[in-house]
Parts: sequence; C-alpha cells; structure tokens
Amino acid sequence: MLITTLSFPEQLVLTLAALILLTSFIMLAQVRLDSLINTFAMQGLLLFFTTVLMAVISGEYHLLISAALTLFLKVFFIPIRLRRLVVDLDVRREVEVLGNPFLIMLFGTSLVLFSYYVALPIRALSLLSTRNTIAISLAVVLIGMLIVISRRKAITQVVGFMSMENGLFFAALVSTNGMPMVVELGIAFDVLVAAILFGVFFFHIRTEIGSLDTDRLNRLTEVEK
Amino acid sequence: MTGWIFAIIQTICVVLLAPFMAGWVKWLKCKLQNRQGPAPWQPYRDLLRLSRKQVVLAETASPIFRMAPYIVFSVTVVAASIVPIFSVQIPTAALADVIVLVGFLALTRFFLSLAGMDIGTAFGGMGSSREVTISSLAEPALLMAFFTLAMNASSTNLSTVISHLAQSQFILYPSLIFSSMGFILVALAETGRIPIDNPATHLELTMIHEAMILEYSGRHLALMEWAAMLKLTIYSVLIVNFIIPWGVAMTLAPRAVAFGVYSVICKLLVLGYFLAVAETVQAKMRLFRAPHFLGLAFILSLLGMMSHIVLEVR
Amino acid sequence: MIALGLTLLFPLVGILLLGCIGHWRCAGFVNLVISIITFAAALVLAINIFQHGPILSAGKLFFIDAFNVYLIVLNAFVGMTTAVFSGPYMAHEMAIGRVDDGRMRLYYSMYQGFLFTMLIALSTNNLGVLWVSIEGATLATVLLVSLYRTRESIEAGWKYFIICGVGISQALFGTILVYFAAAKTIPGKNDGLLWTVLQEHASQMDSGVMALAFVFLLVGYGTKVGLVPLHNWLPDAHSEGPTPMSAILSGLLLNIALYAIVRFKMLVDPALGNHLAGNLMMGFGMLSFSVAGLLLHRQTDVKRMFSYSSIEHMGLMTFAFGIGGPLATFGALLHMIVHSLTKSAIFITVGHAAHIAGTQAIIEIRGLIRTQPFVGWGFLIGTCAIAGFPPFGVFTSEFLLFTATIKSYPWLVPPLLVGLAIAFAGLFRNLQPMVFGEPPPGQQPVTANMWPVIIHLALVIWLGISIPTVLADWLNQATIMIIGKGVL
Repeated sequence: MLITTLSFPEQLVLTLAALILLTSFIMLAQVRLDSLINTFAMQGLLLFFTTVLMAVISGEYHLLISAALTLFLKVFFIPIRLRRLVVDLDVRREVEVLGNPFLIMLFGTSLVLFSYYVALPIRALSLLSTRNTIAISLAVVLIGMLIVISRRKAITQVVGFMSMENGLFFAALVSTNGMPMVVELGIAFDVLVAAILFGVFFFHIRTEIGSLDTDRLNRLTEVEK
Repeated sequence: MTGWIFAIIQTICVVLLAPFMAGWVKWLKCKLQNRQGPAPWQPYRDLLRLSRKQVVLAETASPIFRMAPYIVFSVTVVAASIVPIFSVQIPTAALADVIVLVGFLALTRFFLSLAGMDIGTAFGGMGSSREVTISSLAEPALLMAFFTLAMNASSTNLSTVISHLAQSQFILYPSLIFSSMGFILVALAETGRIPIDNPATHLELTMIHEAMILEYSGRHLALMEWAAMLKLTIYSVLIVNFIIPWGVAMTLAPRAVAFGVYSVICKLLVLGYFLAVAETVQAKMRLFRAPHFLGLAFILSLLGMMSHIVLEVR
Repeated sequence: MIALGLTLLFPLVGILLLGCIGHWRCAGFVNLVISIITFAAALVLAINIFQHGPILSAGKLFFIDAFNVYLIVLNAFVGMTTAVFSGPYMAHEMAIGRVDDGRMRLYYSMYQGFLFTMLIALSTNNLGVLWVSIEGATLATVLLVSLYRTRESIEAGWKYFIICGVGISQALFGTILVYFAAAKTIPGKNDGLLWTVLQEHASQMDSGVMALAFVFLLVGYGTKVGLVPLHNWLPDAHSEGPTPMSAILSGLLLNIALYAIVRFKMLVDPALGNHLAGNLMMGFGMLSFSVAGLLLHRQTDVKRMFSYSSIEHMGLMTFAFGIGGPLATFGALLHMIVHSLTKSAIFITVGHAAHIAGTQAIIEIRGLIRTQPFVGWGFLIGTCAIAGFPPFGVFTSEFLLFTATIKSYPWLVPPLLVGLAIAFAGLFRNLQPMVFGEPPPGQQPVTANMWPVIIHLALVIWLGISIPTVLADWLNQATIMIIGKGVL
C-alpha cells in the first residue's frame, strides 16, 4: 500500500516494523552481552506496541492477549532471566564475533533484500494494510538465524533464537492478524519451556567445559583430528 | 533577474553568517561547561585579525599550498550558493543536485588533503590520511541518505526534494527517519565535530582537520577556517531543511522570504544548541572506532533505503 | 473418542506421577504399566477406526484416519517395548552411578512426556498444534540426550537444541504461510489451520504461496527428519543419550517429522498442480541416502553408525514419498513401520552389547555371539533386517520402491543400488568382527531381556511376508489419500 494512503496508526505500524529491523541489525553488530539483552528486550517492547496497534486497527481484540504474552515473555521474563544467568554464570561480558563484522552486516542486508523478493508473492496476495511488513518479519527471522550461526557464546545464540521467535510472531501478526489462540498459547508455552531449558543447559555447559564458548564443544565431529 | 540577485544576496548572507554559527555553538558549549567563554561573534574578530597578519610559508611549500585556501573557500561558497537556504526558488536550483553538492565538498576535501601533505611534516600527512579514511567511509552513507530522500521525492534536485517534503502532509516515513539519523551521524563526521574530531584541540593524537591546516597562517588560515565554518553551516541548513522543511519560502515573494529567513535562523540556532549539547555529552571516540560509527551511519541510511523500497512503495 | 482421550491421558498422568516417584526402584515398572495401558487404549482406538472409519473429534481438534491410526499404535507399541528394556537398563545405569535420583525422575517423566507430545502430534487436526507438539517433543528430550552430563553428551544436547530449534522455526514460518493462503480461500477464521478443512479446499489455494510454504516446511521438518545437509545433530543426539532414548528417537521421532511433511504434501500437491514438492523431496532424499551411506563407513562408535543408517533410511523414505507413485508411496508407508521396529530393536541390542563390552566403540566390542549368544544373534539378525535382506519387511518396502523407481525414473536405480550396497558393506564390515570376533578376556554376559527384540523382529518378518489385511487396507487408504491412486 502506498504509504500516503494509510491512516496514521498504520503508518506507525510501518515505522515500528522498521525499528524492529533496526534492533535486529543492532543485535547483529552488538559486542557486549548487556547491550545485546537490552536490545532484545527493546525488540520485544516494539513488538508489543505493534501488536496493540494491530489489535486496535483490525478490531481483533484477542491480539491483546498475545500482546500481553509477548510483553511478559519477551520483555520481562526472558531478558531478566538471561541477565541473572549472566551474573550467576560469571560470564565475561564480551562476545566474540566470528568473522568480519562488516561482512556479517552486509550479509544481513542481503538477507533483507532476499526476504523482500521471497515475500513478493505473499504481498501480492494480501489484503491487509500492513502487507509490506511481511518481508521485514522474514528478514528478522533470517537475521536471527544469522546471529545464531555467527556467534560463539551460548547466550548470544539463545538471544538469536529468541529473536527468530520474535520474527515468527511478527510474521503471523502482519500476514494473518495472528494465529488462532490455541496455537499462540502453545507457541508461547514452548518458548517459555525453551527459555527455562536453556537456562538449565547453560549451567551444565559451564560446569562441564568451564566457559560458555561453544567453540569448545567440538569433540563430536566427522573430521579426523 | 531578481532570482539571481536574490541568489547572490543569499550566498553573501550565508557566508557572512557562517562564523556566527560556529561562534554560537562554541559559546553554548562554554556555557554548558560553566565557563565564561568568548562571545558568539568572536570568530569575526579572529578572521579579521588573521587577515591582517603576515603569511609565513615553509620553504618546502609548493604552489598548491598557496592556492589551496582560495580553492577550498571559493568551492565551499559555490556549494553554499546551490543549497536552498531561505527559499527553494533560486536560479541556482537548476545546479542544485545532491551529487553535485557532494562533488563540491569532495573537491574541497581533496585540496585540503593535498595541502596537508604538501609541507611534508608528520602532522599534516597524518591529518590528511585520517581525513581521507573517514570521508571514504562517510561518503557512501551520505550518498545513501541523500538517495533515500531523493527516491521519496523522485528527484535528486535539492530544491525539488525540500519543496516536496515541505508541501506533503505529515506522514510518518520510516525511510526519512532512518536516513535523517544516518545523515546526522555523517554530518558530525564530515564537519569534524565530536565524536569524530575535536575542533578545539591541537593534540597529535586527536586532531584531524586541525592537523591539515596546522602549517597555515595569516589570510590563508583565515580562509581555511572560514571554509570550515561555512561547511558546518551548509550541513546544518541541510539537516534543518530536510527534517523540518516547513517554513522555507516556496516563492520569492518578500513576505515568504522574510518568513523563510526568520524560520531558518531560528532552526539553525536550535540545531546549534543540540549540537553543543551533543558535543558536551559525548567524548571523542578513539580513531579506530570511527569506522564503527560510520558503519552505523551507513547501516541506518541503508535501512532507510530498504524501508523505502519494502514499506513505502506500492 | 474415549479411546483417544485415554491414549493421551495416560502419558500425561505418567509425566506427573513419574516426575515425583521416578527415582524409586519400582519406577521402571510403573513406566511399563503406563505404557501398556497407553498401548491398550491405542489398540482400542484402532479397532474403533477399523469399524467406523475416520473419526473427527468434537471441535475438530483431533482427527484419526487411516494414515495416522497405525502410526499411533506403532508409537504406543514401541514405547511399550522400549519401556520393557528401559526399566532394567536404567536401573543398571543408576547402580553404576551414571545417573542420580533427580535425573532418573527427569528421565522417566520426560519419557512419558515424549510419548505424550508425539501422540498429540499424530492425532491432532490442527497444523499449529502439530508444530507445537513436535517442538515439545524436542524440548522433552533435550535434557535426556545430555543425561550423562559428559562433555560429548552436553555438546550433542546443545547441537540438538539449537539446530532443531532453528530448523523448526522455519517450519513455523511455513505453517504461517499455509494459514495465510488458507485465510484467502476458507470462510471460517479459525478453520484455517485444520487439516481436514484445508484438504477440501487444497486446490483453490494460491500456488505461489503454497510452494514457498512447502520449501520452508521441508527445510524445517526436514531438519527433524535428518535430511542432509541439516542432519548434523542426529548422529550426536542418537548416540550420546541413554540407549532407550536412542531407540525411541530413532524409531519414532523421525517418523513423525516425515508424517508432518507428507501431511503438508497432501495439501501442497493439489494447490501446485506440478511435481515441485515431489521433486524437492526426491532431491533431499537422494542426497541424504547417498551421503549417509558413505559416512557410515567412517564411524567408530556403534550407535553413530546406526544413526547414519537411520538417516539413510529416512532419506530413502523421503525419496519414495517424493516419487509419488502408488507403489512407491505404499512402500514408503510400509517402510516407516518396519524401519521403526527394526531400528528400535537394533538399538536395544546395541545397548546390551555396549553393556557387555563396557564401551560403545566398535573396535572394542568383539565376540558377542560367544559371550552372550542371544545378544549376538539379535545383533546379527537385526542388522540383516535393516540392510534389506529378505524375508524382512525392509526388503519388501525397498523392493516396492525399486519397482516404482524403475517404472518412473529408471536412471535413478543405479545410484540407489550402489548406495544400498555401500551401506550394506559399511554395516557388515563393522558387524562381522563385533559379532564373530575373538571376545576380549573377562567379558561377561549381562542380564538382558531380549523379548522386545524378538517381538519386533518377528513383526518385521511377518510384515515382510504377509501384511495383515487390516494394515494393508489402511496403508492403501493412506496411499489413496496421499496421491489419489491406490495399490490394491
């Protein structure tokens, strides 16, 4: 939809979508763990506002329940738990990025362009006013995957994973005004359990190999040593 | 004909007001740092004083060293003449392409760098190399931000862009938000303000622009300093006219022009205040972190471009 | 419906109960009892379906038809027989100190949790709930893979978690796209994820979006099936966990992920009209089959070797579903059953063999047939079964697959044969010394309950020689549902 034809709340949704993409890029480039977790919380907050706006625009008030779930999980529970894990695990508050940061950012940009082309048939079909943001949601998912691939510390891989879930929730929101409630609740439950399990896992990794650097988890491989 | 006279008057006004802009920022910074500080029109006194002093040239100076201040100053004045400052309807508007503007500024930077290296001292060469590094990273971001704005207005002509922005109703364009943020960061780098370069320092570790003009004295130094202040004014005008375009005169009618003058000066003073606050709050970044800063600017501009393509078209 | 409710209820009860008492000595027995009751309820459900045809529950949440009823029974059955094996095995592990109380509780409750999520995945009609439960199955088993808390098992658990998690997120995106395409063609808002409703309207859904959705779904669920190149977690996860875990992961979870892909294929094929979905599956299947067969030779750990054999067979099944003819589909459906039975039997035997030898390294396991003939013979027969010897069921399904391939893609038969031969060579090269070699001095037999293995292998032979009419009927109905034409 040409942006000049949208109402102000809908323009605000587009702006929030662009800001969510910005937070994805910031997480891609972020070196320090505290800022990374805070940026993730910020992404969750932006997603919350977007959901509330979409609920108001489309009149589907069950989205407010999803918004509340997102707020609880992605803005409070997971970031607070991660911060506490960072303190408990005594993790050095730095993250080493694999490879050239600038190349990774460029790759992230190309992922955005790729998502744009992939999402073209979807955009052509959608009747929602926010259909342009489907490409952004796929880009957030793919950039989350890039974060998981390009990092070594286990906590950053988890943040990337949760960012993928953010992107998926956003995709469901802007393409179909949210999935049916039973599925949303199930996904939220899965994310919650996953977050708890990650925390447990971090302690196991730390106890066993003394750090959270997953590069040290390299005993099982097909290559002869 | 009136258009041309207006254009010449506008250019002269801007050239004469540029030292005040720099002085105003410096005065505000001193006030924020709880100092008395020089008056806002101190730069005028400095320029006058410098122009009366004798020029001291090194023995190893080449003709380029002597020509560079004149070239830099005059090209910057020409650049100032094509930027729509008080009104968008000036005859130089036909020349006012963003690429031309960037080209002019690149020309000044080229001669500035040459002049820095000309004498052969270590400071000059160091300043030139730093300047060229930073600008090579800043220029893509600058062009990307400009192109995003241009895609919005479907033209790279500065006047067309500004009048398009001023005349459309208030729409929240994500592309403009991002490209403005990127443009502001690049402007900080290009004009040599904190956090990239400290305009008040002469320490080897921290100076970039100052290092290049270190060997100049007398009227040459006056011209170089004036050119730098003019560059700051040009970037400030671009920022205020792109982000808050309302108030710029669309025609050459006297009332509109007067209102345009009034609004631009107010906006510049407010921008000067924000610049002073930003410079006081931040510390200068270590030089090897400048690429990260400019990378951020580039990503913001790129996001602006991508937002435009993905979100705003069709 | 009551049968279905009971089938789902008992594992849920098991999770809670065993979470509290899992460290008691009777925990293995309680686990077995719950599994037996679940199996009985599943049998009753199957009889229901046999008599009345497909059942759609009230609220359209659950749907049992010919495709998933026998998988539900298979699930419950393998869960039960593995529980028979698991009780004494885990008691032994606890006795030698590899797991403590807390971990035993976790193990037993998550065993039932895993079965619960898999049964929900099989019986649900809602594609979103399908995703939730497959992800739930992953979450339930993550901590079990790393149960022994060694460095390798933690690495295996982490890889499993991250790779499957990332992969399955792609599947969620595919599901969202299917929902999006459905929202265009289906009137009811909340019906867009119901498989029964989607199947009726499948041909009206937009082909571009469905093609895109299928790619994401294939990549996503394909990660859980173990398709190359997304298979990296599989050998680690299946070899580092406790053996009962390996048995049910290999035997059951891979099947369910493939089931999900085929369910979606049934929606995508009418929507697309061309053979794109099938071609993609054939490509991935062929790749997995070949790569796994080659990597089989490099393995030094016996469980890893059989995990690669699982990847190979799943590749074969994906390939067969991709070809799409009635013979190939029937063969693939049969292969799902027999592979599950054989692989779990093999892993149980391997568990005993590892106990005898005290290690999982192939080099160190020797002379099983002399030390404990039952285990040795079980191992030998099991490997013959999985390699595709007649009269075992694997031979029958592979034969059907070859017939179908010769008819439709004759040029693909040589690579298939070569791949089979390579895998066969790899398996037997390692098997021969393990079973017939000279046992190291001091190797003692262990208490081994080989009944699960015997029953499984007997079933596989039975299915190889003569498939019971009931099952053949269901398989035929499923074939008709998947591709429109039946075999019988």
